[in-house]
Amino acid sequence: MSQPFRLDHDGRIHRDAPLQFTFDGRPIDAFRGDTVASALLANGVALVGRSFKYHRPRGIVSAGAEDPNAFVQLGHGARTLPNRLATVTPATPGLEVRHVNAWPSLDFDLMSAFGLAAPFIPAGFYYKTLMWPRRLWPLYEHFLRHAAGLGHAPDAPDPDRYDHVHAHCDVLVVGAGPAGLAAARAAAQSGARVIVADEQAEFGGGLLSTAQRVDGLPAPQWADAATAELSSAPDVTVLSNTTAFGLYESNLVLLAERLHSHQPDNAGSESGARVWRVLPKQVVLATGAHERPLLFANNDRPGVMLAGAISTYLNRYAVAPGSRAVLFTNNDSAYRTALDLADAGVPVAAIADVRLESDGDLPSQARAQGIPIHTGAVVVQAHGRGRVSAAELCSVGGAPLGTVECDLLGVSGGFAPALHLHAQAGAPMTWNPQIAAFAPQPSHDIHPAGAVTGHLDLSSALRQGTAAGAAAAAAAGCSNGHTPAAPRAAETPSSDLEPYWLPPGDLARAKPQFVDLHEDVTLDDLRLSLREGFESIEHVKRYTTLGMGPDQGKLANPLATGVIAQLLGRDPASVGTPRHRPAYSPVSLGAIAGRHIGPLADPVRVTPMQEWHESAGARFENVGQWRRAWYYPHPGESMHEAVARECLAVRHRVGILDYSTLGKIEITGPDAGEFLDRVYTNAWKRLRPGRCRYGLMLGEDGMIFDDGVTARLENQRYLMFTSTANAAPVLAWLEQWLQTEWTDLRVYLTSVSEHWSNIALAGPRSRQVLAAAGTDIPLARQDFPFMTFRQGHVAGVPARVFRISFSGELSYEINVPADRARHVWEALFDAGRPFGITPYGTETMHVLRAEKGFIIVGQETDGSVTPDDVGLGRLLSRRKDFLGKRSLSRPDSVRLDRKQLVGLLTDDPAQVLPEGGHIVDAPGRRRPLPMRGHVTSSYFSPVLGRSIALAMISGGRATLGGRLYVATLDEDRWLPARSCHHVFYDPHGARQHV
Amino acid sequence: MLLIPCPWCGPREDDEFTFGGEADIPRPADPDALTDEQWADYLFMRDNRRGHHREQWCHTAGCRRWFVVERDTVTNEILGASTYGDSQ
Ligand SMILES: [Zn+2]
Repeated sequence: MSQPFRLDHDGRIHRDAPLQFTFDGRPIDAFRGDTVASALLANGVALVGRSFKYHRPRGIVSAGAEDPNAFVQLGHGARTLPNRLATVTPATPGLEVRHVNAWPSLDFDLMSAFGLAAPFIPAGFYYKTLMWPRRLWPLYEHFLRHAAGLGHAPDAPDPDRYDHVHAHCDVLVVGAGPAGLAAARAAAQSGARVIVADEQAEFGGGLLSTAQRVDGLPAPQWADAATAELSSAPDVTVLSNTTAFGLYESNLVLLAERLHSHQPDNAGSESGARVWRVLPKQVVLATGAHERPLLFANNDRPGVMLAGAISTYLNRYAVAPGSRAVLFTNNDSAYRTALDLADAGVPVAAIADVRLESDGDLPSQARAQGIPIHTGAVVVQAHGRGRVSAAELCSVGGAPLGTVECDLLGVSGGFAPALHLHAQAGAPMTWNPQIAAFAPQPSHDIHPAGAVTGHLDLSSALRQGTAAGAAAAAAAGCSNGHTPAAPRAAETPSSDLEPYWLPPGDLARAKPQFVDLHEDVTLDDLRLSLREGFESIEHVKRYTTLGMGPDQGKLANPLATGVIAQLLGRDPASVGTPRHRPAYSPVSLGAIAGRHIGPLADPVRVTPMQEWHESAGARFENVGQWRRAWYYPHPGESMHEAVARECLAVRHRVGILDYSTLGKIEITGPDAGEFLDRVYTNAWKRLRPGRCRYGLMLGEDGMIFDDGVTARLENQRYLMFTSTANAAPVLAWLEQWLQTEWTDLRVYLTSVSEHWSNIALAGPRSRQVLAAAGTDIPLARQDFPFMTFRQGHVAGVPARVFRISFSGELSYEINVPADRARHVWEALFDAGRPFGITPYGTETMHVLRAEKGFIIVGQETDGSVTPDDVGLGRLLSRRKDFLGKRSLSRPDSVRLDRKQLVGLLTDDPAQVLPEGGHIVDAPGRRRPLPMRGHVTSSYFSPVLGRSIALAMISGGRATLGGRLYVATLDEDRWLPARSCHHVFYDPHGARQHV
Repeated sequence: MLLIPCPWCGPREDDEFTFGGEADIPRPADPDALTDEQWADYLFMRDNRRGHHREQWCHTAGCRRWFVVERDTVTNEILGASTYGDSQ
């Protein structure tokens, strides 16, 4: 048996190109030109998924991107794609398609079979039920994950490549139905550079499923000709399978172009999808309209379908979605579907029309064909379990009109403009009572055209499209005097729609009536939300999850506006619609990431010595974007052992550290000293050239922002070192003051972080190593004392050498041009061999500075720490103003219970405290325990032979020596310690002054 | 996405820029003369205006200049940009 519901003539499928794909492993016969949905319908597959909450059987509702049910999983393994719509996925040979949301199988669903999801979970269930007790969350989660499978993620990295395209054009046309094609043609004829995109595989939109004619040609043929014309035009880019999913400020439009990522034979060598970032001067929105569903009991049964979709399946795909139809409408369009069904030989058992009269053109034709028409009638219930088997009719007054057998129930509640992109950009929309829906207002650079404006007939779509394309081109400055003529189609007069939101009387109480099929939001849920006071449409949305599925509520939201209005007795215009947000339909994460993955996710910065570190066996850590050597383990050495060896080498002999990542800013100009006086807390103007000074920089709130050494290189030239991670923020901060506040200061800033590499020699033998490497700088203590700077040569390379120390040892920081740094590093290392030189990494650097009680901004400080808090109050000048000074006398800055920097020594010298550990005066089970502070840095100190830690403790300096307890993740285990002064080693700095 | 008109480089995408908050908040000439309340007002209080808003931007990934942009905070429309030289 193959394709029992395929019609034997017409349609745009290629009958000479049959193909096969699988649905849940079952082979499905199709033709090229089919979508997955049309092929499933041709094969009589009614059940395509189970619903999100209740696991009710669901079928295909639409023929486009608005479908709430037809989400499927494509492919398998690393290349699988969840959340694809069967209604817009082209059927391709070998494609693997699977249902979502049913477990263990689509036909036998446990949740549904055992009634586990029954009767109905009310809105707000998650908020009310699952909040407490917290310890049951894992259980809920296990249940919910099975209950709510929205497809599944790939189980391995995606092998496909994805690309981003940046494009500019004069006019972007979104949608290539009649209005879009006419607009693109008109804009191109006016000389504009045009991009035209449509989410479907073929251009034409509604033209492909109508029997009407355009310029004398059958509509599909005209669409093909217009598409061919656009494709061959030099300045037109034609994008099919491309969804415009976001419209942002400045008219940025994001397009997702699906190439072949769903093809099983793609080897991953070519792009699977592209995201286009288009900056058009003008946008034509020809996005069409979505037919609105109608409420009745069991309106979610497979076989209930939008009337327009039925016409599309009949005319475009040559598929009859059923064998006996009932139609339910409040407007004329469903009569065209009735005529299409009759043409295809599918009997129409009844049309229920809400309106008391229907005597327009199409209704008259249907009546003439003998189709039974019930005016003033509504469908109030669908019968049937796995699929609709009959429709129960009533008069609009509530009087029963009997039950009509059918396996296809077409519904049309009118059409709501697809104004999502327009609304995303925050452009205004107005309630149009004629269509009982919101319609977009044009703006100076967004031109809606066609059904999105609320005008549904073909001739006005072609006219509007032409006008919009020409207007957009002119507004973009493209005008060649050519006035494009609009293609012509017959006018189809139609009578007005009658808004219909709720079934009459008590029938509105029948259960269940679904407003949002994807999210399983029922009419009762809306009532409950309103009853509990959540009346704003945004509150209703959050309370019920209305419109929050991957379908973005395309069908649900326009219906909900009217339903809520009627329940509240208000005007729908005042109810509004939930805020529209990108993405219009699901976009794969791979496409959004593009090539910004793996090594290209973030730039990696390395120093000129990177390869040396690698060959020396270094382990690395990331500091911002920098890769820094962390420690250099010998074979068989643990990290602890390696760090201990490196620490002792620096304390007893000499170590070498690559410190090139420090931020370096050259500050020049006659007012440079004055500038430093304003941004640093201490005094700078009297610092003599050739000398260095440690400085603290505060925010205007008085909190430590950065610290570091600055040297006065020459009279009007300073070199400022910043912490590695703060290099860019400090430069931006300094520039901001200079450019926006102190514009009279003659000061110039240059970042030289990457121009100068920095090699630190540290340890008692560092002077001998530097001398052995060869330098013309006198190194004797009196010639080159601590905290001074000398310029000369090291290993034959011009160098700036600073006698500053972050380890507390005799130390030289040697700055050399980056392109010579590797040479100097190796020269120093070779010269140091006889002295036992040892390369050390950032971990050792941290241990050494912690032994000396030196803070690290961002580790001891967190943006709420003043200089006095960390014992650096002596650096606050009384004689001048500086940034943040006034804040230091705010009441909060002088609180006696502020956290202060102290040292911690554990009772057990082998115990290394956990960094971040909370500190209390006394352990106990009472909660909350008053917190005294937290551990900021904690290490084992090899030179002291015990653990040390730095901590911020409330009122800490006044209670030195007191007993404290540090919490661990085991709530019964507390680590006892005593506080102490924060300098553990060489408190008077004797070792660095040698 | 905002297309920000840098007075030196022309219109560029906003990811090249750093936002610097409300413009026209001069640093008090003599902070010590201010009460705690007046200093806190300078430090913390901003207008958070609905509608036209003058704000600072820096072309961080470009010319590194700070300048003032006037933006409508409701529509995000950019109404103009001026340099500090222009406005002083
Ligand atoms: Zn610039």
